[in-house]
Order: sequence, then structure tokens, then C-alpha cells
Amino acid sequence: MADNTCLPRRRAPLSQLFQPDLPRETPVADAIGATIGVTIDGMETKVPLGTTILEAAKSMGVRIPTLCHHPDLEVAGICRICVVEVEGQKTLQAACAYPITAPVRIKTYSKAVRIARRHVLDLLLSEHCGDCYSCIRNGICELQQLAEEYGVDGFRFGHVEEPVAIDDSSFSIVRDMNKCIRCRRCVRTSIDVQEVGVLEAMNRSNKVEISTFMQKPLGNEICINCGQCINRCPTAALYANPALDQVWKALDDPNKHVVIQTAPSPRAAMGECFGLAPGTSVTYQMNTGLKRMGFDHVFDTNFTADLTIIEEGTELVLRLYKALVEGETSVALPQFTSCSPGWVKYCEHFYPEFIPNLSTAKSPQQMFGALIKTFYADKLGLDPKNIVSVALMPCSAKKFECNRPEMVDSGYQDVDFGLTTRELGKMFHQAGLDVPTMPKSDFDDPFGGATGSGLIFGATGGVMESALRTVIELVTGRKVESIFEQGDIIPVRGFEGVRYVEVKIPDVGPVPDILKHLVPNWDWLKGATLKVAVAHGTANAKKVMEDIKHGGKFSHCHFIEFMACPGGCLGGGGQPIPTSKEIRAARAKAIYSEDHELDIRKSYENPAVVKVYEEFLTDGPCGHKSHELLHTHYVARGKHIE
Amino acid sequence: MSTDAIKTQGNTLTFSAIPAGEGLRKALAMPRVDIIDMVRDSKLKGRGGAGFPTGIKWNFAAAEKRTPKYVMCNADEGEPGTFKDRLILSEYADLVMEGMTIGGRAIGASLGLIYLRAEYAYLRKHLEDTIKRRKAENLLGQNICGVEGFNFNIMVAMGAGAYVCGEETALIESLEGFRGEPRNRPPFPVVSGFLNRPSVVNNVETLAWVPCIMVNGVDWFKSIGTNNSTGHKLFSVSGDCEKPGVYEFPFGITVADLLKEVGGSDAKAVQIGGASGRCVPKKDFERRLAFEDVPTGGSVIVIGPGRDMLDLAHNIMDFFVDESCGQCTPCRVGNDKLLKGVEMLKAGTCSDEYLDELKGLANTMQVASKCGLGQSSSVALLSIIEHFGDEIHGR
Ligand SMILES: Cc1cc2nc3c(=O)[nH]c(=O)nc-3n(C[C@H](O)[C@H](O)[C@H](O)COP(=O)(O)O)c2cc1C
Ligand code: SF4
Ligand code: SF4
Ligand code: SF4
Ligand code: FES
Repeated sequence: MADNTCLPRRRAPLSQLFQPDLPRETPVADAIGATIGVTIDGMETKVPLGTTILEAAKSMGVRIPTLCHHPDLEVAGICRICVVEVEGQKTLQAACAYPITAPVRIKTYSKAVRIARRHVLDLLLSEHCGDCYSCIRNGICELQQLAEEYGVDGFRFGHVEEPVAIDDSSFSIVRDMNKCIRCRRCVRTSIDVQEVGVLEAMNRSNKVEISTFMQKPLGNEICINCGQCINRCPTAALYANPALDQVWKALDDPNKHVVIQTAPSPRAAMGECFGLAPGTSVTYQMNTGLKRMGFDHVFDTNFTADLTIIEEGTELVLRLYKALVEGETSVALPQFTSCSPGWVKYCEHFYPEFIPNLSTAKSPQQMFGALIKTFYADKLGLDPKNIVSVALMPCSAKKFECNRPEMVDSGYQDVDFGLTTRELGKMFHQAGLDVPTMPKSDFDDPFGGATGSGLIFGATGGVMESALRTVIELVTGRKVESIFEQGDIIPVRGFEGVRYVEVKIPDVGPVPDILKHLVPNWDWLKGATLKVAVAHGTANAKKVMEDIKHGGKFSHCHFIEFMACPGGCLGGGGQPIPTSKEIRAARAKAIYSEDHELDIRKSYENPAVVKVYEEFLTDGPCGHKSHELLHTHYVARGKHIE
Repeated sequence: MSTDAIKTQGNTLTFSAIPAGEGLRKALAMPRVDIIDMVRDSKLKGRGGAGFPTGIKWNFAAAEKRTPKYVMCNADEGEPGTFKDRLILSEYADLVMEGMTIGGRAIGASLGLIYLRAEYAYLRKHLEDTIKRRKAENLLGQNICGVEGFNFNIMVAMGAGAYVCGEETALIESLEGFRGEPRNRPPFPVVSGFLNRPSVVNNVETLAWVPCIMVNGVDWFKSIGTNNSTGHKLFSVSGDCEKPGVYEFPFGITVADLLKEVGGSDAKAVQIGGASGRCVPKKDFERRLAFEDVPTGGSVIVIGPGRDMLDLAHNIMDFFVDESCGQCTPCRVGNDKLLKGVEMLKAGTCSDEYLDELKGLANTMQVASKCGLGQSSSVALLSIIEHFGDEIHGR
């Protein structure tokens, strides 16, 4: 069975009518512990009851090709490339979908199997329209790789010559159905993993298409732009709307001052674009590469991640103060994080009535954008008109976010282009820059280097941990290390879909200077229990939201972190392909170990943050200036489709 | 009883002699295992086409510990040329429901669902009236026939209009409100079916035979038909014959004998088992209709001497290109390639080499498709290519 414990399973709506608690898993999982003998290509082994042929083969080092299978997703068994011979069965069996419940003998490359696989490939290619050399997935396409392995040398059953129109209506995601093999990985992602249901198979037989609702352009759909479908698409049928040509153009223009901010997650994944194992950080080598590529300055998004913590944390304190001390009943609690643009759009579409709960603090990307074209432009005496502000993000939704019409508080589009990790990887290749072997260099002033808090934003639970580190110290006056070993707030970490944590505030200290104008003292928090929660992947977000709607335990939370993508940003829709639970875990490990190596691990201690409040945002967190530049508003979109 | 244009021809159905309620009362007087034993000993095999032994199927479901369990009646009757279930439902609905109730008793289910083909919507009221009446007679509902604790109800669910929804796992998906697409098997429905619970899916006719076996006994049933295909079978006969209609014959009847009865002796071929069955040429008319020889769900389409076999092949492939659910590659794309191949044959533009490619592809579709549809969609075409080579080459 697919190991997808962090991911929810497909629900059966009718089944809830009959039996609300029925899971959709196969019952073979009931008998835990039993093992069964299997013989694969003459080699014998024992596997737990219910193991699929595919997994059994993998455990023996036998590779069976797959296309519709994905380790994060429910089994489909529809492409039929993985067929194998099972002794005693009249037909070939799909290895990915066949649970072993009795001793079996299997052949994975018999003549019949090879013929069938070749036929499957020939049939898929007969519907395929496109040339590999002009394809965005050239070299990392699962179909191309299998065509090569199985010696496809022509189009036995014809070939489509006339392309259909490409849908590039979305800022984030392009759909090129000429390359679609109907494996439905995107459908299962959209329905099962994210529960947004934007993509679904339409029609029957050879007319099956993967369609949006009513075949509307994706840009008009209730798509949240998370790009999880991209990460799981085996071909070039789905990809992030590219910005690389425009970025090159800016770099080539001598009149432009081009800066880039880099988010924490791409550093833990960029190495994968160069063949390194997942979880190999290349943070400082990448800085060198970016400078050589021509960026004038390279900034660390962690700076604004820290700023986000201060702003969002202050906002939380203010909400709590209003609700608990001033007794204002209209205060929206729990407060929701707003740094994941996928989650924000999800909330706008599916839970518009909860928009007041979203923190008004912008995401780190957008805070940075606003500061670059104001504070930074002033400091360097640059005309903001000539600044091109690029953001390296693990995310496809960031492309949409920087194009939101309200994100122009600097007087210009605050962030000009969002680049995904994959796109920047490609730019490095085009420039012949071998990032892993580059010398290391630091981030540029005036925003400086990372704190650990900003860094761990990349992993699910990271925002919450950063917020707690800062809030605990500001409120109690004690070091967080005296409460949590090494300052690691382990309960909020991990990959379970939803986590609920209570943190006791035993005693309080003096109110620090930065907040003095907002609250007189902390007495009202003495002995309080801070209730927080973390959810990643919108299907999990949905669980929490439904619970809140029905007055469940999450409705009593004070603060909830939501990330649209499974695993958080490190599993974002702009990260290198492939993705799996193991790959995401490796990236998370890289991020957390880098956090440990940093001297400053709390947002409010970041000297650049302190400085920006001293020099520029002089009326403090959630003050007038910060409201103007660092906070935003949202749109109640609902499920209406244009 | 519902009036229906479809009539039996020539012979009286055994069903007409079985009074409602009697089979059920007999079954309820027995321990559950004995019911299953009786069905198994009768060697009753599924009448929906695949011919799986019903007793064994019920036994699997009975052995499952998880509850609730379900009994489903497959009344999707979508196979081209099949209309015997329609007749059974309109005239012998009591026997079908009795079979479901006995099945419920045997496996420990308390809900039965009839998945009724969308085109049979006019039968819905009749079926629901029958359910109501049987409830009033205590043949359905609580403590049926006074048996303490035996509760069983039946609901009618409307089909969603696709041929593939007759495939038992697609039927279940459709019932659950999803696209009607076959599931992976294993697990089979007897282990994990409707709502992931043990479910028995049986054809209308299969279920109707159960009370007959209860009433007339195992030996009676086994005395009819062949050793491996016991009992009578209902055939839906259509095409180039004088007396189309529904017939009851014992299993093992030769094609020639059947043609004699229906007035189709001058046929040049017979399409057995609907679009997914094989085409039997005149030289093979001594073959027997039975699971061990020419298997069938009951559709017999008589092909007169004036017919063009490529028209038949074209019609059948066209049907499958429409009806494939479009999940799996071999069937989704393959049927279209075969259809185009038939068009090329008709136009005289299909080379022998390409015809061989298509035969190879058809073989792959038969072994690599996900469900019975793709596994059998090319059976007719291959048998036509095999037996009518003269007719299809050299146009
Ligand atoms: C494409 C396809 C269509 C089918 N349609 C029907 C149908 O309309 N009615 C039916 O009883 N069985 C149909 N079947 C067979 C069912 O899957 C299943 O085997 C049958 O309902 C089991 O009942 P039985 O054992 O009583 O025959 C179909 C199978 C396939 C592959
Ligand atoms: S999607 Fe894959 S097979 Fe298709 S053109 Fe692109 S690289 Fe080639
Ligand atoms: S868009 Fe990609 S993931 Fe979706 S069905 Fe097509 S090939 Fe598969
Ligand atoms: S064989 Fe055809 S009908 Fe069956 S699952 Fe595959 S595509 Fe669907
Ligand atoms: S990988 Fe097994 S059927 Fe697609």
C-alpha cells in the first residue's frame, strides 16, 4: 500500500450517508504481521500480507516501470505499463494494484509483458503531440524515459500532428493537454490530496480529457495555484507558468537594478537539480551563482519571515488583548497564518466567511517586495522604477500572489517575478553555473543573513515554531531553551496532517520596548494556555476548518498555521520533480539542521529586523507604516466561476 | 406484473411454475450453511456472462467477518442483444427479490440493491410496488416469515447510463456516486464491495434461479444442462431469424438446434454473448452453448447470409469505442485503433502487416486491460478475422 500517512484518502460522499466512519482502504491491511512468500523472476522473498507486487519487487531491487502510480497517491492501476505475469492468472496483472495475499510466482519481463508494455507506450504516443527537444520536461519526463527504455523507434499506431490550444490563463499553472497521458495523477492530487477538485476526468473512452470545471480556463477556476498537480505530473502536460525569459531580459538590461530574494525551501532542494541527493543544502553556493548570473543583490527571504513573525505575532497579541482584556466580541479568533498564498486563496474560495481570521500580515515574499522598492531604494538612492524584484520560491502560487492587484503598496508592483526552484535550476544550467561546486558567499546587506526562525518557515510547523519561540520569550522574559530543549519545539514538527499543541505560560515578564505602546503588561496571560494547531495540505486544512465551523476543539485555538502544500513549502509546487514523502523528509532535515547551525534563532533578535524598525517602520509593529506596507486585505471569492 | 413488448417465444419458462414465497420459506427453514451448500451443489453459475459459481461467491461473502454486507442485483443489462433480464424483471420480479433475500440470509446481509439500467426506468415503479407488496406479506422487512431477527430490505437504484456500469465494480462505484469505472481486483466485491463492505453482485437471472433450486431441489437442477453448466438458461435471440424473443433452453444446446427453434437455420454466423462475445461461423454450428464450449450471458444475434461481416465488426468496434470507460490505456486507445483498422479493411487500405500489428494489439488488450470490457472488446473482431478471411481481404 502506498505510504501516504501524511496524506488523506479519497472520501466517498455517499458512504458518509450510510456509514460515516468507513475508510476506503482495502481490508487486507487488517491482518497485520502475517507474511507471504513470493517468487519474483525466480528469486524468493517474504513480504507482509497486502504488499503490492510493485513494492515487493522494489524491495528485491527489481524495477517495474510505472506511469499512473505515485507514492503519494491512491492506487489507480490505469496506465497498465506495470503489468506482470502472475502464475495461474489468465491475464497480466498491474503490479502497482495487486496486493499479495497468497503465495505467488511472478515474472516481470516475460515476452508477453514486454510486448504489452511496448503496446501501452505505442498507444500513449499515438495520442501525444509534441517533440521532446522543445519540451519543458525534456530529460525529466517519465514517458520519454520509458519510450527510450523500450526502444520506441516510430509511431506504430499513428501520431497526433495538430496540437490543441494550451491554457496559460493562470499566472501559476500552464496546462498543455497535448502532452497529457491521462494517468490522472493530477486528478487524484486535486481531489484526494488537496480536496479542491479542480481537475477531473471528463468523457469516456478515447475522448477522455482531463478537464477543469466546464472546461473553463484555469485562471478562472477555483484553483489555489499550489502546483501539487505539477509535481506529480509525469510529463509536460502541467508546468509552472515560466518567468525565466523575463528575468533574463531584466538581467540583460544595463539600466535595471535586479535583486533576488531567496526563500528557505529552494536551498534545501536546488541540489536536486544538479543530481545531488535530496536534503543537500546549497544555500551559500547558490548566492555565488546568483551574483555571477548578474543579480545585483541577493537577499534572504528569512529577513521578512522574521518580520512576518513580529507583525503576525503582534497582531495575535492585539487580537488576544482585545478579546480577553477589553472583552471585544467581534475579534476573529483563531488567527490564521497568511504566508501561504495557496492557503490564502483556498480560504478565499472555500471559507470566505473566515477571511477576518486570516492575519493581515503579508507573506514574507510580499513584505520583502514592498521594502525593496521603498526602504532599500531610499537607502541606495535608486529609482524604484528601475528596480526589478525577483523572488526565488518553492511555489507556483507565489507567481499569482505577486500579481495580485493589491500588491502594489510601494507604488509599483512590489514583486515583479516569482521564479520556481526548477526555473532557477534551468537558468543555472543555461549559464553553465555548476552551483554545488561554487565557492560560498553570504547574503547581501542591508537585510543580512538568516535566523533559524525564518529558515524553518520552509517546513510545516515552522511558522508556528518561530512564532512560539518569539512569543514565549517576549511574554515570559525567559529563554525558550529553558522550556524546550535546545529551543526545538518538537510538538509542532512532523508530517502528520494536523497537529494540535497546548503551550502553558506559567509566568510573565515585563513587556519589551517594542510592544510597550500596545499592551501595558502581560498579567492577563499569566497561567494561560496557548492553544495552537498546524495543518498542511488543503485536505487537512479542510478538516480543521470543518471542525472550527462545527465548534470543535480547533475553534478554541488561538493561532493556526496553514500551509497549502503537503510538508509545507519544502513540498511546494515549484520544487524539483519528483516528490515523495522521503524526499520531503530529507529536505525538512536539511532545513532543521541548518537552523541549529545558526547563531540567531529567534525572529525578534534578528539585528536587521531591529534596525528596520528603528530606521524605517518607526511606529513599530502593526503601526501605521507597517500597515501601509506590510499588511494587506483579502477577497471573498467563494466558489463562483466566471 | 408490468406489460412489456418483450415476450417469450415457443416455450414456457420454468419461472412461471414457481410460486412466490415458497423458495424463500424453504430456505428460511434451513441453517445458513445449508443454503450455501445447496446453491453450491446445484453448480449454479452466474448468468451475467462470466459464469462464476454462485455458491462459491456467496461462501466467500459469508466467510467475511466485516459487516454490514450487501446483496446487489445487477439489472444493468447493457450487453447488445440481451433483453432477458428485462423480461424476468417485468414478469418474475418476485423470484429475483426472493433470490436476493435468500442471498441476504446466506451471507448475513440486510440490504439488497437493484441497480436498474437507466433505460428500464419504466420498470422502477413495478419493482417498488413489488417490494411494497412483499413487505406487506412479510416476505421483506423485519423478522421475515416469522424468522426472529432476519431483516432484509431492497432498494432500487437507477443506473447511470453506461454499458460499463454493468461490470460489477463499476456498478459499485456508480452506486457510490462516482464515475462508473471498474476498480482494481483484488480485492473482489465479496471482500470489499459497496462502501468497502463485503458485497455479492449477481445477475437478475442468477438470482431468479435460486428460489427455483430451493423449490425443486438440487438434483432437479443438475439433471438439466451439462455437467459443467447445469440448469436452464434464458437466451435473448435477435437478428436474422423468424422468431426473435426470449427462450429457455438447457445449457449444452448446439447452435444449430437453437437456430432451428428460432427459425434462423440459413444463418452464416451467430454472434454469441453480445458485442463482447465471439462470432461463431456456420462450420462450427455443432458447438454447444455452455461455459465449457461457447460461453454466453444469453445474447444470440443471428447473422443472415446477406450480411457483410465487416459491417458487423464495424458496428461492434464502434460500440466499444463509445463505451470504454477510458481509464486504462489498452482499452481507451486500443479500441479506436481497431475501429480505424476495420475502416481501413472496409476501404481496402489495410496492409497484411498492419493487420498483424492490430492482431497483436488486440491480444495485448485482452491480457492487459483493467476490466472485462477491454479484455473482450476484440474477441468478436478476432473471430471474424479468423473465420471470414475471404470476406475481409482483398477489397
Ligand atoms: C463490460 C461489462 C459489462 C457487464 N454488464 C453486465 C450486465 O449488464 N449485467 C450483468 O448481470 N452482468 C454484467 N457483467 C458481468 C458482471 O461484472 C458480473 O460478473 C455479474 O454481474 C456477476 O453476476 P453473476 O455471477 O450472477 O453472473 C458485465 C461485465 C463487464 C465486464
Ligand atoms: S512530455 Fe515527455 S514525451 Fe512528451 S514531448 Fe515532452 S519530454 Fe517528450
Ligand atoms: S495532466 Fe499530467 S498528471 Fe494529469 S493526467 Fe495528464 S499526464 Fe497525468
Ligand atoms: S478495460 Fe476499458 S472499460 Fe475496463 S477499465 Fe479499462 S478502459 Fe475502462
Ligand atoms: S503504474 Fe500500474 S497501472 Fe499504471
